[in-house]
Amino acid sequence: MSPCKAAHGTMLRMSQTHADYRLSQLDQLEAESIHIFREVAAEFEKPVLMFSGGKDSIVMLRLAEKAFYPAKIPFPVLQVDTGLDFPEVLETRDNWVNRLGVNLVVASIDDAIASGVVVDDGKTSRNRMQIGTLLNAIEENGFTAAFGGGRRDEEKARAKERVYSHRDEFGQWDPKNQRPELWSLYNGRLHEGEHMRIFPISNWTELDVWDYIGREGIEIPNIYFSHQRRVFVRDGMLMSETPLNPMREGEVAEERTVRFRTCGDITLTGCVESTASTIDEIIEEIAVAKLTERGATRGDDRFSEAAMEDRKKEGYF
Amino acid sequence: MADTTGTTKGTNMDLLRFATAGSVDDGKSTLIGRLLLDSKSIFEDQLEAVEATSTSKGYDYTDLALLTDGLRSEREQGITIDVAYRYFATPNRKFIIADTPGHVQYTRNMVTGASTADLGLVLVDARQGLTEQSRRHAVILSLLRVPHLVLAVNKMDLVDFSEEIYEKIHAEFTQFATKLNIPDLEVIPISALNGDNVVNRSENMDWYSGPTLMHHLEHVHVASDRDLIDARFPVQFVVRPKSDEFHDYRGYAGQVAGGVLKPGDEVVVLPSGMTSKISKIDLFDKEITEAFPPMSVTVHLEDDVDVSRGDMIARVKNAPEPLQDIDAMVCWMTTKPLQPRQKLAIKHTTRTGRALVKDIQYRLDVNTLHRDQETKELGVNEIGRVQLRTTVPLLCDPYSKNRATGSFILIDEATGVTVGAGMING
Ligand SMILES: Nc1nc2c(ncn2[C@@H]2O[C@H](COP(=O)(O)OP(=O)(O)OP(=O)(O)O)[C@@H](O)[C@H]2O)c(=O)[nH]1
Ligand SMILES: [Mg+2]
Repeated sequence: MSPCKAAHGTMLRMSQTHADYRLSQLDQLEAESIHIFREVAAEFEKPVLMFSGGKDSIVMLRLAEKAFYPAKIPFPVLQVDTGLDFPEVLETRDNWVNRLGVNLVVASIDDAIASGVVVDDGKTSRNRMQIGTLLNAIEENGFTAAFGGGRRDEEKARAKERVYSHRDEFGQWDPKNQRPELWSLYNGRLHEGEHMRIFPISNWTELDVWDYIGREGIEIPNIYFSHQRRVFVRDGMLMSETPLNPMREGEVAEERTVRFRTCGDITLTGCVESTASTIDEIIEEIAVAKLTERGATRGDDRFSEAAMEDRKKEGYF
Repeated sequence: MADTTGTTKGTNMDLLRFATAGSVDDGKSTLIGRLLLDSKSIFEDQLEAVEATSTSKGYDYTDLALLTDGLRSEREQGITIDVAYRYFATPNRKFIIADTPGHVQYTRNMVTGASTADLGLVLVDARQGLTEQSRRHAVILSLLRVPHLVLAVNKMDLVDFSEEIYEKIHAEFTQFATKLNIPDLEVIPISALNGDNVVNRSENMDWYSGPTLMHHLEHVHVASDRDLIDARFPVQFVVRPKSDEFHDYRGYAGQVAGGVLKPGDEVVVLPSGMTSKISKIDLFDKEITEAFPPMSVTVHLEDDVDVSRGDMIARVKNAPEPLQDIDAMVCWMTTKPLQPRQKLAIKHTTRTGRALVKDIQYRLDVNTLHRDQETKELGVNEIGRVQLRTTVPLLCDPYSKNRATGSFILIDEATGVTVGAGMING
């Protein structure tokens, strides 16, 4: 990714003029995303924003804040509580929710297991159990549109998805039969029981997200920045030492200087060794990164070549 | 405090959106893979996955198309089914690529990818020259008014890098293009598989002195492609905080579709025809002095006129005419044909209504550009000139003047599926 590095090293801090009525690419992306939020708020009866507390969903929430300001965000925020979330992420989530005064709906996997909505057979990962929990929460609350922070540059199945992504009564995505989506004329028609997944930051890259966080000066969980942590190696990834993820025989924990590139389930999300402690340093680091954020640190995407596609078809984020 | 610019920081990079087009197997996905690879925009884990799949399929070379063909069925069949969006950046530009399918059955997905493009990249296989599908795609790109077009004559390695063959295809396409609306055309001989003239200049084609594809993409001038004259502001959402602090706040949120809006401008609200003045324009918590496409802003008016979603704010002396009789080119995208008397839902800017098909004037033969007036219906993937009567007036401009206010989609009311794309004539 050397071209990107040059881009950020030299261009990032230059101020811009509008003498020729041009918007920078970041401003264009912001305008496009805000347009999507407003369309959905205007056309859907009951939208909800799926909020994990990670950087992408924080950017979404920031865009939603801007889209409706000075009015409050006109829909609630939904979090699927895996019971395996990083405490730092939950803290950031609460700060955002309190500052914006939005409603927080928590759908917990433990509750879903207790009420029989999903089955814990001892083999299914919590990651997969999120799907049933999420779909149940959407159905129970009657949500007709659910915003997700998925980006097309994240993964090859996501690269195929529309901004308005239709889900049938079973919450399924049919990638071979997506609706045409032209210009910025979004079609939000639904039948009873169906819903739409909405991806307002589809066209943002990992670098765009960091540029934006830096430019907006907004709060993100501190685990994205370099810190000392006791970690152990599993499947080539550096995992956190935590009672939530017991170590297996032969695994040994030691303290390293690390940061996280994504925030997922604590048992599946690895960290990378890094001394990047500011947004600028993070941007420098990912500009020369050799692995994708998911390939580097997400156990859930490593299962097979179509891991993401298969989960998405079932109703994953 | 008013701010002269919409934003304070942000990068100075600009954005180019481009879409691939052309027949099945002409090498579109391979080319995008090559472009990403040679511009060093591919991560090791992505390349390793593609190499592993290529080996397991018994290929002699790394199938770069696998970098964008992200669906299981695409990898199984070796074709692209739906658009893949890919991203890369050079120091001055960010690129959004829509890699579209060549198969005629998936034309609707090609149209999806091309509708927002600034540049269309049509590939042809040098061994085959122009096919019906490459012509169809060129016609669609020209109807969609994609302002820049590149014809990439691909697989030059399979024709001994012959200048003669390149010239022949170049001439044939230029001839065809005279009947289309293509303001800017560049014809580049390449080998997507080996990388000739993609990012690096080919050593096999001394006779070619034009730009490489990458050089062209980086330098093509897209600044002048927008309408900055005719102010158009479709209202999306009325912002009413209903809080103590912002008790009387009432703003009209939307994305500027044309022209430049400024506080003090005399404006008219359509379709009601009420006039007022812009009192201020907000961008989040800042007041700005001008708004232009594609900014998403909130506009305030001096008078308490009735404005709601679907209305359009324009200049008093330069407003679109509310029309209920619409004359448009329609691209039909479903197997059940479009016929006179059919009723559909229509979405135009932020307005939704119903439309009745009054007449299908002609069907366009994409090969010859002949206007067939005999057939009174449009089949799947066909394009024709259609007359519609709508239940609500559309506040529209000719598509040739403004892509945002000149376009609409048609929706089947029973299935909810988008079945047609329309471009208003004028
Ligand atoms: N020799 C040679 N083969 C090429 C070249 N470009 C592409 N190919 C091969 O042509 C075949 C089709 O390439 P794709 O990139 O999948 O074609 P496509 O245009 O994306 O096809 P669809 O998306 O299905 O319409 C593959 O086997 C490629 O390896 C080239 O420049 N030279
Ligand atoms: Mg392809």
